[in-house]
Amino acid sequence: MVTSFFKGFLKRFSFNPLSRKSNLKLGLYGPPNGGKSTLANRICVDWLGQEMSTVSHIAHETREINIKEQVNIKNKKGKELTFSLVDTPGIATRIDYEDFIKKGLKKTDAKKRAKEATKGVIDAIKWLDNMDSVVVVLDATIDPYSQVNITIIGNLQARNIPVLIVANKVDLKKANIEAIKAAFPQYPIVSISAKYGKNVEEFYEQIFKLVK
Amino acid sequence: MVTFQFIPYNDIENLTSAKRINKLLNVVKENRIVLMEGRLSREEEADLIEITMEEIGPKFKGVEISVIYPDRSKQDPMQKIKGTFANLLLGERQGFTIIGPASIVKKIEKNPDKIELFTKEANSQRRSKVRKS
Repeated sequence: MVTSFFKGFLKRFSFNPLSRKSNLKLGLYGPPNGGKSTLANRICVDWLGQEMSTVSHIAHETREINIKEQVNIKNKKGKELTFSLVDTPGIATRIDYEDFIKKGLKKTDAKKRAKEATKGVIDAIKWLDNMDSVVVVLDATIDPYSQVNITIIGNLQARNIPVLIVANKVDLKKANIEAIKAAFPQYPIVSISAKYGKNVEEFYEQIFKLVK
Repeated sequence: MVTFQFIPYNDIENLTSAKRINKLLNVVKENRIVLMEGRLSREEEADLIEITMEEIGPKFKGVEISVIYPDRSKQDPMQKIKGTFANLLLGERQGFTIIGPASIVKKIEKNPDKIELFTKEANSQRRSKVRKS
Protein backbone atom coordinates (compact mmCIF):
# COMPACT_ATOMS: atom_id res chain seq x y z
CA MET A 1 0.00 0.00 0.00
CA VAL A 2 2.84 2.37 0.98
CA THR A 3 4.75 1.48 -2.21
CA SER A 4 1.78 2.20 -4.45
CA PHE A 5 1.18 5.51 -2.64
CA PHE A 6 4.77 6.65 -3.27
CA LYS A 7 4.68 5.43 -6.87
CA GLY A 8 1.51 7.47 -7.42
CA PHE A 9 3.05 10.46 -5.67
CA LEU A 10 6.25 10.37 -7.76
CA LYS A 11 4.19 9.87 -10.92
CA ARG A 12 2.17 13.02 -10.16
CA PHE A 13 5.13 15.22 -9.35
CA SER A 14 7.62 13.93 -11.87
CA PHE A 15 9.97 16.70 -13.02
CA ASN A 16 10.23 15.21 -16.48
CA PRO A 17 6.67 15.13 -17.75
CA LEU A 18 7.82 14.53 -21.33
CA SER A 19 9.18 11.10 -20.41
CA ARG A 20 5.74 10.11 -19.11
CA LYS A 21 3.83 11.54 -22.04
CA SER A 22 6.05 9.88 -24.63
CA ASN A 23 5.45 6.43 -23.18
CA LEU A 24 1.91 6.83 -21.90
CA LYS A 25 0.17 3.55 -21.12
CA LEU A 26 -3.61 3.49 -21.48
CA GLY A 27 -5.07 0.33 -19.99
CA LEU A 28 -8.39 -1.32 -20.76
CA TYR A 29 -9.68 -3.03 -17.61
CA GLY A 30 -12.90 -4.66 -16.52
CA PRO A 31 -14.71 -7.93 -15.95
CA PRO A 32 -14.69 -10.66 -18.64
CA ASN A 33 -16.85 -10.14 -21.73
CA GLY A 34 -17.36 -6.43 -21.13
CA GLY A 35 -15.95 -5.65 -24.56
CA LYS A 36 -12.37 -4.59 -23.79
CA SER A 37 -10.88 -6.36 -26.81
CA THR A 38 -13.71 -5.16 -29.06
CA LEU A 39 -12.93 -1.60 -27.95
CA ALA A 40 -9.19 -2.19 -28.43
CA ASN A 41 -9.92 -3.36 -31.97
CA ARG A 42 -12.20 -0.38 -32.60
CA ILE A 43 -9.41 2.04 -31.53
CA CYS A 44 -6.77 0.23 -33.58
CA VAL A 45 -8.93 -0.06 -36.70
CA ASP A 46 -9.92 3.63 -36.46
CA TRP A 47 -6.35 4.91 -36.03
CA LEU A 48 -3.97 2.20 -37.26
CA GLY A 49 -6.15 0.36 -39.75
CA GLN A 50 -5.67 -3.03 -38.11
CA GLU A 51 -7.12 -5.07 -35.24
CA MET A 52 -5.06 -6.02 -32.17
CA SER A 53 -7.01 -8.72 -30.31
CA THR A 54 -9.26 -11.69 -31.00
CA VAL A 55 -12.77 -11.56 -29.62
CA SER A 56 -15.22 -14.31 -28.68
CA HIS A 57 -18.59 -14.77 -27.03
CA ILE A 58 -16.88 -17.22 -24.64
CA ALA A 59 -15.48 -15.42 -21.59
CA HIS A 60 -11.72 -15.12 -21.02
CA GLU A 61 -10.79 -14.97 -24.71
CA THR A 62 -8.02 -12.53 -23.76
CA ARG A 63 -5.74 -14.39 -21.37
CA GLU A 64 -2.54 -12.43 -21.86
CA ILE A 65 -1.69 -8.74 -21.71
CA ASN A 66 -1.73 -7.35 -25.29
CA ILE A 67 0.07 -4.12 -26.05
CA LYS A 68 -0.19 -1.98 -29.15
CA GLU A 69 2.45 0.73 -29.11
CA GLN A 70 2.37 4.13 -30.76
CA VAL A 71 -1.37 4.54 -31.13
CA ASN A 72 -1.84 8.10 -32.33
CA ILE A 73 -5.27 9.72 -32.12
CA LYS A 74 -6.48 13.19 -33.12
CA ASN A 75 -9.43 15.22 -31.91
CA LYS A 76 -11.59 17.72 -33.80
CA LYS A 77 -9.29 20.60 -32.84
CA GLY A 78 -6.33 18.80 -34.40
CA LYS A 79 -4.73 17.97 -31.06
CA GLU A 80 -2.79 14.70 -31.13
CA LEU A 81 -2.20 12.09 -28.47
CA THR A 82 0.11 9.08 -28.64
CA PHE A 83 -0.09 6.18 -26.22
CA SER A 84 0.50 2.47 -25.81
CA LEU A 85 -2.83 0.67 -25.65
CA VAL A 86 -2.86 -2.19 -23.14
CA ASP A 87 -5.67 -4.74 -23.49
CA THR A 88 -5.89 -6.83 -20.32
CA PRO A 89 -7.60 -10.12 -19.43
CA GLY A 90 -10.96 -9.77 -17.68
CA ILE A 91 -10.76 -9.76 -13.90
CA ALA A 92 -12.93 -12.36 -12.17
CA THR A 93 -13.15 -14.03 -8.77
CA ARG A 94 -14.24 -17.43 -10.12
CA ILE A 95 -13.11 -19.54 -13.07
CA ASP A 96 -14.65 -22.94 -13.65
CA TYR A 97 -13.54 -25.00 -16.65
CA GLU A 98 -17.00 -26.60 -16.73
CA ASP A 99 -18.44 -23.24 -17.78
CA PHE A 100 -16.27 -23.44 -20.92
CA ILE A 101 -17.45 -27.00 -21.60
CA LYS A 102 -21.04 -25.71 -21.48
CA LYS A 103 -20.02 -23.21 -24.20
CA GLY A 104 -18.87 -26.08 -26.43
CA LEU A 105 -15.18 -26.51 -25.62
CA LYS A 106 -13.61 -29.95 -25.20
CA LYS A 107 -12.61 -30.88 -21.64
CA THR A 108 -8.84 -30.58 -22.26
CA ASP A 109 -9.26 -27.23 -24.02
CA ALA A 110 -11.60 -26.00 -21.27
CA LYS A 111 -9.09 -26.91 -18.55
CA LYS A 112 -6.27 -25.24 -20.46
CA ARG A 113 -8.36 -22.12 -20.99
CA ALA A 114 -9.26 -22.00 -17.28
CA LYS A 115 -5.61 -22.33 -16.24
CA GLU A 116 -4.52 -19.59 -18.64
CA ALA A 117 -7.42 -17.41 -17.52
CA THR A 118 -6.36 -17.58 -13.85
CA LYS A 119 -2.85 -16.48 -14.82
CA GLY A 120 -4.35 -13.71 -16.95
CA VAL A 121 -6.29 -12.31 -13.99
CA ILE A 122 -3.13 -12.27 -11.85
CA ASP A 123 -1.18 -10.51 -14.62
CA ALA A 124 -3.93 -7.92 -15.11
CA ILE A 125 -3.87 -7.03 -11.40
CA LYS A 126 -0.06 -6.86 -11.32
CA TRP A 127 -0.09 -4.54 -14.35
CA LEU A 128 -2.24 -1.96 -12.57
CA ASP A 129 0.94 -0.34 -11.26
CA ASN A 130 2.24 0.20 -14.81
CA MET A 131 -0.75 2.19 -16.07
CA ASP A 132 -0.89 5.96 -16.52
CA SER A 133 -4.62 6.08 -17.27
CA VAL A 134 -7.30 3.42 -17.37
CA VAL A 135 -10.55 2.90 -19.22
CA VAL A 136 -12.82 0.56 -17.27
CA VAL A 137 -15.07 -1.21 -19.76
CA LEU A 138 -18.40 -2.39 -18.35
CA ASP A 139 -21.18 -4.28 -20.07
CA ALA A 140 -24.13 -1.89 -19.71
CA THR A 141 -26.60 -4.81 -19.75
CA ILE A 142 -25.17 -6.24 -16.51
CA ASP A 143 -25.66 -5.06 -12.92
CA PRO A 144 -22.67 -2.77 -12.23
CA TYR A 145 -22.65 -3.30 -8.44
CA SER A 146 -20.23 -6.21 -8.61
CA GLN A 147 -17.35 -6.38 -6.18
CA VAL A 148 -14.91 -6.93 -9.06
CA ASN A 149 -15.89 -3.54 -10.56
CA ILE A 150 -15.65 -1.85 -7.17
CA THR A 151 -12.27 -3.48 -6.43
CA ILE A 152 -10.79 -2.50 -9.81
CA ILE A 153 -11.95 1.12 -9.53
CA GLY A 154 -10.98 1.33 -5.84
CA ASN A 155 -7.47 0.12 -6.60
CA LEU A 156 -7.07 2.61 -9.44
CA GLN A 157 -8.21 5.39 -7.12
CA ALA A 158 -5.72 4.24 -4.46
CA ARG A 159 -2.93 4.49 -7.05
CA ASN A 160 -4.05 7.95 -8.25
CA ILE A 161 -4.60 6.61 -11.77
CA PRO A 162 -7.19 8.61 -13.77
CA VAL A 163 -10.25 6.54 -14.69
CA LEU A 164 -12.82 6.76 -17.47
CA ILE A 165 -15.75 4.36 -17.32
CA VAL A 166 -17.15 3.07 -20.60
CA ALA A 167 -20.72 1.77 -20.57
CA ASN A 168 -20.43 -0.59 -23.52
CA LYS A 169 -23.01 -2.51 -25.55
CA VAL A 170 -25.53 0.35 -25.63
CA ASP A 171 -26.82 -1.09 -28.90
CA LEU A 172 -28.55 -3.77 -26.79
CA LYS A 173 -32.07 -3.15 -25.44
CA LYS A 174 -31.18 -4.24 -21.92
CA ALA A 175 -28.43 -1.61 -21.62
CA ASN A 176 -28.89 0.51 -18.48
CA ILE A 177 -26.49 3.44 -18.47
CA GLU A 178 -28.27 5.09 -15.54
CA ALA A 179 -27.41 2.12 -13.31
CA ILE A 180 -23.71 2.60 -14.07
CA LYS A 181 -23.97 6.34 -13.43
CA ALA A 182 -25.68 5.65 -10.11
CA ALA A 183 -23.05 3.10 -9.10
CA PHE A 184 -20.03 5.29 -9.92
CA PRO A 185 -21.24 8.93 -9.72
CA GLN A 186 -17.77 10.36 -9.10
CA TYR A 187 -16.31 9.18 -12.44
CA PRO A 188 -16.75 10.35 -16.03
CA ILE A 189 -18.87 7.86 -17.96
CA VAL A 190 -19.25 7.55 -21.72
CA SER A 191 -21.75 5.19 -23.30
CA ILE A 192 -20.72 3.48 -26.54
CA SER A 193 -21.16 0.45 -28.71
CA ALA A 194 -17.59 -0.63 -29.45
CA LYS A 195 -18.92 -3.28 -31.82
CA TYR A 196 -20.84 -0.85 -34.04
CA GLY A 197 -18.82 2.30 -33.37
CA LYS A 198 -21.71 4.19 -31.77
CA ASN A 199 -20.61 7.34 -29.91
CA VAL A 200 -16.89 6.53 -30.24
CA GLU A 201 -16.14 10.17 -31.18
CA GLU A 202 -17.29 11.19 -27.69
CA PHE A 203 -15.13 8.38 -26.27
CA TYR A 204 -12.03 9.77 -28.03
CA GLU A 205 -12.78 13.27 -26.69
CA GLN A 206 -12.99 11.80 -23.19
CA ILE A 207 -9.60 10.10 -23.69
CA PHE A 208 -8.03 13.54 -24.29
CA LYS A 209 -9.58 14.79 -21.04
CA LEU A 210 -8.45 11.65 -19.20
CA VAL A 211 -4.75 11.98 -19.99
CA LYS A 212 -4.45 15.79 -20.02
CA MET B 1 -27.36 -27.14 3.90
CA VAL B 2 -25.41 -23.90 3.72
CA THR B 3 -23.11 -22.94 6.58
CA PHE B 4 -22.25 -19.35 7.40
CA GLN B 5 -19.26 -18.53 9.59
CA PHE B 6 -19.14 -15.17 11.31
CA ILE B 7 -15.69 -13.61 11.63
CA PRO B 8 -15.59 -10.60 13.95
CA TYR B 9 -13.14 -7.85 13.09
CA ASN B 10 -11.24 -8.62 16.32
CA ASP B 11 -10.21 -11.95 14.82
CA ILE B 12 -8.35 -10.38 11.90
CA GLU B 13 -7.43 -6.99 13.30
CA ASN B 14 -3.87 -7.89 14.29
CA LEU B 15 -3.10 -10.13 11.34
CA THR B 16 -0.95 -9.14 8.38
CA SER B 17 -2.77 -8.77 5.05
CA ALA B 18 -1.50 -12.14 3.84
CA LYS B 19 -2.65 -13.91 7.00
CA ARG B 20 -6.05 -12.19 6.87
CA ILE B 21 -6.63 -13.36 3.33
CA ASN B 22 -5.44 -16.89 4.10
CA LYS B 23 -7.73 -17.08 7.11
CA LEU B 24 -10.75 -16.05 5.04
CA LEU B 25 -9.88 -18.33 2.13
CA ASN B 26 -9.31 -21.31 4.43
CA VAL B 27 -12.86 -20.95 5.75
CA VAL B 28 -14.24 -20.62 2.21
CA LYS B 29 -12.32 -23.72 1.07
CA GLU B 30 -14.12 -25.67 3.79
CA ASN B 31 -17.33 -24.83 1.88
CA ARG B 32 -18.52 -22.27 4.37
CA ILE B 33 -19.72 -18.76 3.63
CA VAL B 34 -17.79 -16.07 5.46
CA LEU B 35 -19.71 -13.21 7.08
CA MET B 36 -17.01 -10.82 8.12
CA GLU B 37 -17.51 -7.72 10.23
CA GLY B 38 -16.00 -4.75 8.39
CA ARG B 39 -14.12 -4.88 5.13
CA LEU B 40 -10.71 -5.52 3.66
CA SER B 41 -8.71 -2.64 2.25
CA ARG B 42 -8.90 -2.09 -1.52
CA GLU B 43 -5.39 -3.51 -1.92
CA GLU B 44 -6.33 -6.55 0.18
CA GLU B 45 -9.38 -7.13 -2.02
CA ALA B 46 -7.10 -7.19 -5.08
CA ASP B 47 -4.70 -9.52 -3.24
CA LEU B 48 -7.64 -11.77 -2.36
CA ILE B 49 -8.51 -12.08 -6.05
CA GLU B 50 -4.87 -12.82 -6.95
CA ILE B 51 -4.48 -15.50 -4.27
CA THR B 52 -7.85 -17.00 -5.20
CA MET B 53 -6.68 -17.32 -8.81
CA GLU B 54 -3.45 -19.00 -7.67
CA GLU B 55 -5.42 -21.58 -5.71
CA ILE B 56 -8.04 -22.47 -8.30
CA GLY B 57 -7.95 -26.17 -9.09
CA PRO B 58 -10.19 -29.21 -9.51
CA LYS B 59 -11.80 -28.76 -6.08
CA PHE B 60 -11.74 -24.98 -5.72
CA LYS B 61 -13.43 -22.88 -8.41
CA GLY B 62 -12.97 -19.49 -6.83
CA VAL B 63 -15.14 -17.22 -4.72
CA GLU B 64 -18.05 -14.87 -4.85
CA ILE B 65 -17.55 -11.73 -2.80
CA SER B 66 -19.64 -8.74 -1.87
CA VAL B 67 -19.23 -5.87 0.55
CA ILE B 68 -22.07 -3.85 2.02
CA TYR B 69 -20.89 -0.52 3.32
CA PRO B 70 -22.47 2.75 4.47
CA ASP B 71 -22.92 5.13 1.55
CA ARG B 72 -20.72 8.08 2.48
CA SER B 73 -22.39 10.35 -0.06
CA LYS B 74 -25.60 10.13 2.00
CA GLN B 75 -23.87 11.02 5.28
CA ASP B 76 -23.76 14.54 6.69
CA PRO B 77 -20.31 16.07 7.38
CA MET B 78 -20.43 15.16 11.07
CA GLN B 79 -21.18 11.52 10.29
CA LYS B 80 -18.30 11.47 7.81
CA ILE B 81 -15.90 12.87 10.41
CA LYS B 82 -17.11 10.37 13.02
CA GLY B 83 -16.74 7.52 10.52
CA THR B 84 -13.21 8.58 9.57
CA PHE B 85 -12.14 8.79 13.23
CA ALA B 86 -13.77 5.45 14.00
CA ASN B 87 -11.87 3.85 11.13
CA LEU B 88 -8.59 5.38 12.25
CA LEU B 89 -9.04 4.26 15.84
CA LEU B 90 -10.80 0.94 15.43
CA GLY B 91 -10.01 -0.18 11.87
CA GLU B 92 -12.43 -0.76 8.98
CA ARG B 93 -15.21 -2.18 11.17
CA GLN B 94 -18.04 -0.52 9.32
CA GLY B 95 -19.98 -2.61 6.88
CA PHE B 96 -20.05 -6.31 6.19
CA THR B 97 -18.16 -8.62 3.83
CA ILE B 98 -19.58 -11.83 2.41
CA ILE B 99 -17.25 -14.35 0.76
CA GLY B 100 -18.55 -17.68 -0.44
CA PRO B 101 -17.12 -20.58 -2.41
CA ALA B 102 -18.09 -20.46 -6.10
CA SER B 103 -19.10 -24.12 -5.85
CA ILE B 104 -21.93 -23.13 -3.48
CA VAL B 105 -22.66 -19.48 -4.17
CA LYS B 106 -23.96 -18.95 -7.67
CA LYS B 107 -24.03 -15.18 -7.51
CA ILE B 108 -24.38 -12.30 -5.12
CA GLU B 109 -26.49 -9.40 -6.31
CA LYS B 110 -25.95 -6.12 -4.59
CA ASN B 111 -27.92 -2.93 -4.51
CA PRO B 112 -26.55 -0.11 -2.42
CA ASP B 113 -28.22 -1.34 0.78
CA LYS B 114 -29.25 -4.91 0.05
CA ILE B 115 -27.44 -8.13 -0.80
CA GLU B 116 -29.12 -11.15 -2.39
CA LEU B 117 -27.18 -14.37 -2.29
CA PHE B 118 -28.12 -17.16 -4.68
CA THR B 119 -26.81 -20.59 -3.77
CA LYS B 120 -26.44 -23.74 -5.82
CA GLU B 121 -27.79 -26.71 -3.93
CA ALA B 122 -29.11 -30.01 -5.24
CA ASN B 123 -29.76 -28.47 -8.66
CA SER B 124 -32.02 -25.85 -7.17
CA GLN B 125 -31.49 -22.20 -6.55
CA ARG B 126 -32.02 -20.66 -3.14
CA ARG B 127 -32.06 -17.05 -2.21
CA SER B 128 -30.87 -15.52 1.03
CA LYS B 129 -31.23 -11.84 1.81
CA VAL B 130 -29.07 -9.61 3.94
CA ARG B 131 -30.39 -6.11 4.48
CA LYS B 132 -28.67 -3.13 5.93
CA SER B 133 -30.49 -1.93 9.05
